[in-house]
Amino acid sequence: MSRSVSLIIASLLLASPVLAQDKKAPPRSYGIGQVATPAQIAGWDIDVRPDGAGAPPGKGSVKDGEKIYLDRCAACHGEFGESAGRWPQLAQGKGTLASNDPVKTVGSYFPYLSSVFDYVRRAMPFGDAQSLSNDELYAVVAFVLNLNDIVDDKFVLSKETWSQVKMPNENGFYDDDREKSEKAFWNSNPCMKDCRPPVKITGHAAVIDVTPEDKTPRKGGVE
Amino acid sequence: MTESNDDTRTSRRRFLTGAAGLAAAGATGAARAENPKNLPPNVAGWSKTLGDGVAVRPYGHPSQFEKGVIRRDVQWLTASRESSVSFTPLHELDGIITPNGLCFERHHSGIAEVNPDDYRLIIHGLVDKPLIFTLDDIKRLPRVNRIYFLECAANSGMEWRGAQLNGCQYTHGMIHTVQYTGVPLKLLLDQAGVKTNGKWLLVEGGDASGLDRSLPMAKALDDCLVAYRQNGEMLRPEQGYPVRLVVPGWQGNIWIKWLRRIEVGDKPWYTREETAKYTDLMENGKARKFTFVMDAKSVITSPSPQMPVKRKGFQVISGLAWSGRGKIKRVDVSLDGGRNWRTARIDGPVLDKCCVRFYAEAEWNGEPWLLQSRAMDETGYTQPSKDALRKIRGVNSIYHNNGIQTWALKANGEVENVEVG
Repeated sequence: MSRSVSLIIASLLLASPVLAQDKKAPPRSYGIGQVATPAQIAGWDIDVRPDGAGAPPGKGSVKDGEKIYLDRCAACHGEFGESAGRWPQLAQGKGTLASNDPVKTVGSYFPYLSSVFDYVRRAMPFGDAQSLSNDELYAVVAFVLNLNDIVDDKFVLSKETWSQVKMPNENGFYDDDREKSEKAFWNSNPCMKDCRPPVKITGHAAVIDVTPEDKTPRKGGVE
Repeated sequence: MTESNDDTRTSRRRFLTGAAGLAAAGATGAARAENPKNLPPNVAGWSKTLGDGVAVRPYGHPSQFEKGVIRRDVQWLTASRESSVSFTPLHELDGIITPNGLCFERHHSGIAEVNPDDYRLIIHGLVDKPLIFTLDDIKRLPRVNRIYFLECAANSGMEWRGAQLNGCQYTHGMIHTVQYTGVPLKLLLDQAGVKTNGKWLLVEGGDASGLDRSLPMAKALDDCLVAYRQNGEMLRPEQGYPVRLVVPGWQGNIWIKWLRRIEVGDKPWYTREETAKYTDLMENGKARKFTFVMDAKSVITSPSPQMPVKRKGFQVISGLAWSGRGKIKRVDVSLDGGRNWRTARIDGPVLDKCCVRFYAEAEWNGEPWLLQSRAMDETGYTQPSKDALRKIRGVNSIYHNNGIQTWALKANGEVENVEVG
């Protein structure tokens, strides 16, 4: 093979389609990256699914959870999950979702036990993440469920009792339907002239006055 | 008031008031700051003396006179700054690219300071071969450059019940546009070999919130990137240094920062961030879930409440438009609150799932204007009015408020965020 021909072949190889993110290109292995060991994965694999897949061994009671909650959680979330200041409220709110003031809590809004369990396991207590033992984690989640009257005072949460927990708002969600319910917004020929009667101002941000005083010069320069 | 806001703003105010004094009322802000000693026929000091030499500013920064161009937050919004948001100063920018230091921030447990030598990305679950990558590994792989907007699903979320915040920084500033350099997510998944029953990915961050979201496989294989650079340089810590996920056109919450783990599964996880948060509560008490795509939207960035009009006469109206469904096709501008529209001029690149910059030129003689802009994308979706949105969604959904914004321009040049009916 002549040198110029092999150069052409080499340059063709270099221009492999993956670079262009060609979706039809056959996958190519680059030999880059190591095999992840089970131990490496186990240390980071902390997610839990609605069916309980991924839940760790261990258990915790409502009673034990109350102590942990008062110690580690109540300062922000309130003794009864009512929230202190602007921190998330964890309890109550039942029957408010269709009102003018919906209160979204574990009991009123979260669809699955895993949605709260997985979150507490990875992110709580705020600023001291992943510091709870598995038993403490089960206990504190059991207590939050109890605050919401989802489990009774004697309940012990574990992998085994996982499926007994029924969240009140499990059926409160539906898949994104904008392309159907908002089909009218697909209108590539919108009105350009005399589209509505003369317009009136119906609300002013300045009246509400909640904009931070950022000292941006806001005065117009016109006399 | 926040410390950062105070510091910088105070200096600009001092600059403005100190130079000529407020007594010269009626003149524009810029005129007040003029110093005759620097104006012809006089010769300014900077024309006579030496300035800083090279490398005195090894990482360059904006002019000392641009100190007011900063991210700002709204402290009453959140309980702490570690789980909060700061806003891009859109009114101070032009073109489409957001400078790295001005990209809005949204953290759930503060900024993770990840040592690049100790960075690891694990891909596992329903794969033939679970893999672990170092940052160097990721940088050795073939890479692409793509410019995309990133918008938080809650952008304009404070405006559902009416005009509330006076400034496009606050009403629309949870968006930025940068060029990402990274590896197609498909290429990384191909290295591990996704099993045929792999339909969803769990993507997870390495900060103290471990933010986790479920990403449909089709999107992962389509246009997602595992990115490590923004506008050429390495990602900023607040944008997920050293590696973040790029999910073009989709809500910012799923663009996982400090990306540490990707697990392939057969169904979604329903994490807290995609159930308790980032679901859209409708009037009937039911909520839409997995509303990933950001609808077409636009905003006039100047004039706007933080960018008042200084003089009568010729005006350039300027703004941004974007769509998560593809390219922007057209932007219309109204001066009378949506009664009559004219098509604006788009200048600069028009890219897939990216902001465009638009301009409309007009004469203003002190009459009241009700400024609006209306974006249309290549799918024919046209940005709706706020009332049209409310009619379908109510006012409780927090997220995905892409309704048409109105700015009222008053006779004195001041601009206010208003609602119209």
